[in-house]
Amino acid sequence: MNDMINLSRRGFIKNTALVAGGLVVAFSIPQAKRFMGVANAAEALTLPAPNAFLRIGKDDSITVMLAHSEMGQGIWTTLPMLIADELDADWSKIKVEHAPAAPSYVHTAYGIQITGGSSTTWSEFERYRQAGALTRALLLQAAAKQWKVPVEGLRTENGYVINGTQKLSYGQLVETASQLETPKNVTLKKPEQWKYIGKPTKRLDSADKINGTAKFGQDVQFDGLKIAMVARAPVFGTKLKSYDDSATRKIPGVIKVVQVPTGAAVIAENYWAAKQGREALKLVWDEAAHERPDTAQLLKQYQALAQKPGTQAAKAGDIASASKKATQTVSAEYVLPFLSHAPMEPLNCAVKISGDGCEIWTGTQMQTTDQASAAKILGLKPEQVKIHTQFLGGGFGRRANPRADFVSEAVEVAKAANMPVKTVWSREDDIKGGFYRPMFLHRASIALDKQGKPLAWQHTLVGQSIIKGTPFEGVMIKDGIDATSVEGIADSPYVKGTANHQVHLHSVQSDIPVLWWRSVGHSHSGFVMESLIDELAHAAKQDPLAYRRQLLKDHPRHLAALNLAADKASWGKPLPAGVFRGIAVHESFGSYVAQVAEVSVKEGEVKVHRVVVAIDCGLAVNPDGVQAQMESSVAYALGAALTSEISFKDGNVAQSNFHDYQVLRMKDMPRVEVHIVKSNEKMGGVGEPGVPPLAPAVANAVFAATGKRIRRLPIGDQLA
Amino acid sequence: MKLNINGKETELKVSDDMPILWAIRDVAGLTGTKFGCGMAMCGACTVHLDGQAIRSCVTPVSAAVGKKITTIEAMQEDKVGKAVQTAWQKIDVVQCGYCQSGQIMSATSLLRQNPKPNDADIDAAMSGNICRCGTYQRIRAAIHEAAEKLA
Ligand code: FES
Ligand code: FES
Repeated sequence: MNDMINLSRRGFIKNTALVAGGLVVAFSIPQAKRFMGVANAAEALTLPAPNAFLRIGKDDSITVMLAHSEMGQGIWTTLPMLIADELDADWSKIKVEHAPAAPSYVHTAYGIQITGGSSTTWSEFERYRQAGALTRALLLQAAAKQWKVPVEGLRTENGYVINGTQKLSYGQLVETASQLETPKNVTLKKPEQWKYIGKPTKRLDSADKINGTAKFGQDVQFDGLKIAMVARAPVFGTKLKSYDDSATRKIPGVIKVVQVPTGAAVIAENYWAAKQGREALKLVWDEAAHERPDTAQLLKQYQALAQKPGTQAAKAGDIASASKKATQTVSAEYVLPFLSHAPMEPLNCAVKISGDGCEIWTGTQMQTTDQASAAKILGLKPEQVKIHTQFLGGGFGRRANPRADFVSEAVEVAKAANMPVKTVWSREDDIKGGFYRPMFLHRASIALDKQGKPLAWQHTLVGQSIIKGTPFEGVMIKDGIDATSVEGIADSPYVKGTANHQVHLHSVQSDIPVLWWRSVGHSHSGFVMESLIDELAHAAKQDPLAYRRQLLKDHPRHLAALNLAADKASWGKPLPAGVFRGIAVHESFGSYVAQVAEVSVKEGEVKVHRVVVAIDCGLAVNPDGVQAQMESSVAYALGAALTSEISFKDGNVAQSNFHDYQVLRMKDMPRVEVHIVKSNEKMGGVGEPGVPPLAPAVANAVFAATGKRIRRLPIGDQLA
Repeated sequence: MKLNINGKETELKVSDDMPILWAIRDVAGLTGTKFGCGMAMCGACTVHLDGQAIRSCVTPVSAAVGKKITTIEAMQEDKVGKAVQTAWQKIDVVQCGYCQSGQIMSATSLLRQNPKPNDADIDAAMSGNICRCGTYQRIRAAIHEAAEKLA
């Protein structure tokens, strides 16, 4: 990766220009892969916008353009670190902006503009460093030209090109640099030359986020912008038949009510008027003969399906004959609920439509599909839709919707209302609004040999597909298997390491909208797999750590994380009375995370005191950022493990706000210790991989404490 | 209606029952205070009313007449508030940042009442403020840090 990179061969185009008083460095990269089957995205990819990753101002400012969205994960700092190192930039001069929605900013691996899959840092590791290196080369040449000296004798440091005792700031060189040919080759620095990469670095967005000036989608205001709240169907999939808005129109501040595909929208001067106006609406929904999901019913349906063969996701050997040689068999059923992402900032989206275009202000993780969807609704070309990405008050997958739900709806409202509007969701709208982590049921039957090692592994999953019915279906569903449903099972080292195995999937059809929730399929498969392994260790009468070590002996990255966590948590050493340990390790998004949870159970209440985390993510570009993401993942996953659940009663979502959709609070936050494995392996992600091992580590500790195996989440009052 | 927001007398055309949150955000245009739940369950909307932390999403503007509303925008000029912000930056608390105005307002109020809180005091005072990014551990550390600096 540190080698000379031939830019022209890699498809870079010369495209440097002086715009708005600064040097813009631009290049394009070969696009591709994961999402390229997206029909609308292909259209969007014809946009001719310049591809600018960094801009140097005459005032020496360095503006880094983010191709991805900042939603808390820290890329507002990490991506500039990549550029700063190659550019020898003055860190205090760095500014950051979200890039517009344009083909130039598509994901280097996924082919659309997206922030997801814990992929920003690894997928930009070369592109952003190259942008920095290319710019530095140009500035050196510019200085050589200005001083009329050979470029070889010059060096760069902290925002200056230096020649002996002479120096020129980058801002002073911008004009000359913009007239130069882009170099054909750049040499990236060697790791030992890095000043920022690999060093704990403070966040660049911290100051604005503690004084109230950071702008989230929710904070977008401009003259003429009205607030809209939409009354949506209480039962998913039903349509608005009729409505009476006579009471609504009498409420001061209400401007009008319009019908949109998702329901009735109240347009008002402010949120309070819109909310009151919406409460006063009389709505009739077309619910007759419509499916009314009920969690108890769904559970029965899933249990019945799990007894039947589904679509095969993985197979090896012969389960039936291998099982005959078994000493014992462990069979278990695991159930995980629907979950809401509940990002702290309720969804919102501001839209202004004008004659020849549309502007959108929102916090989104998927600009390309949002842009394409808006364009389709308005009969525009994607490039006529401008997206101003704002800070996201949390994403966790909710703002990466291939169906562009909250953006499409806002566009429909603005179009019907014929005025600029910002749709605002209440918390109730968010909790009841769908796009949940799908409910999943796993049934596994594992035959063990005399030593307690798995001989045969039979595993069936039942749950809704996230991808089915989206534009990604063509690329992401193969042979009837949605890879995001079975990840962490079909590709598990335990399953694949068992000579005889079979993984089956039933993809259930339903009107309940589902979506990726922080760690996607791993959010359920990690729990099931690492709980099962604990069950097997117990059946084999072996220590859970020793048992894992044996099964993972050919998986060095799993082992490195596992051993580091166990070591730092003093696995096997005495604990205070009443405190017990549980362990889990899981790979997801290219990173390997092990966790040891220390737990006590008193009067049915689970208290998690401490969680020791070890992660191998390859190079940790910002170790402090990695640590923060591990802390964050523990909190997010622990709330879900202990209390969060979306359930259905007679077609309606039973929860509505944080009193009944309970998430982690300060009083339940354990002490979290994070250790990063020193690793030169391939880089993985950090936003999500800390989530999957948490619930099993806690549940395994609960088993150690109480002898009760948790096979259903949330733990709730199961121990009472 | 006349409201005193961050030391300024401000005339706002709002109905009596409008929660302070929407008056300061949608009408006065001060967007630092956030909306998270609208029912006093998350703390994102925390402001100070005569120095006391309140949930502005459920407090009508009528309750603020004759009193002083202080929001995150004015914390830089507040000795305790400033110390909290400085500690927040030193510990690098924020992630998405959306809950942090409310966290800082609650922490500032806690430190005014209890200049040396222990972990249990912090848990009790701060558990009404949800952070979906899970920055709780750093919030704890930052409150201790601010307390030390103020001592
Ligand atoms: S918005 Fe007021 S407490 Fe949540
Ligand atoms: S920092 Fe994101 S919700 Fe607290």
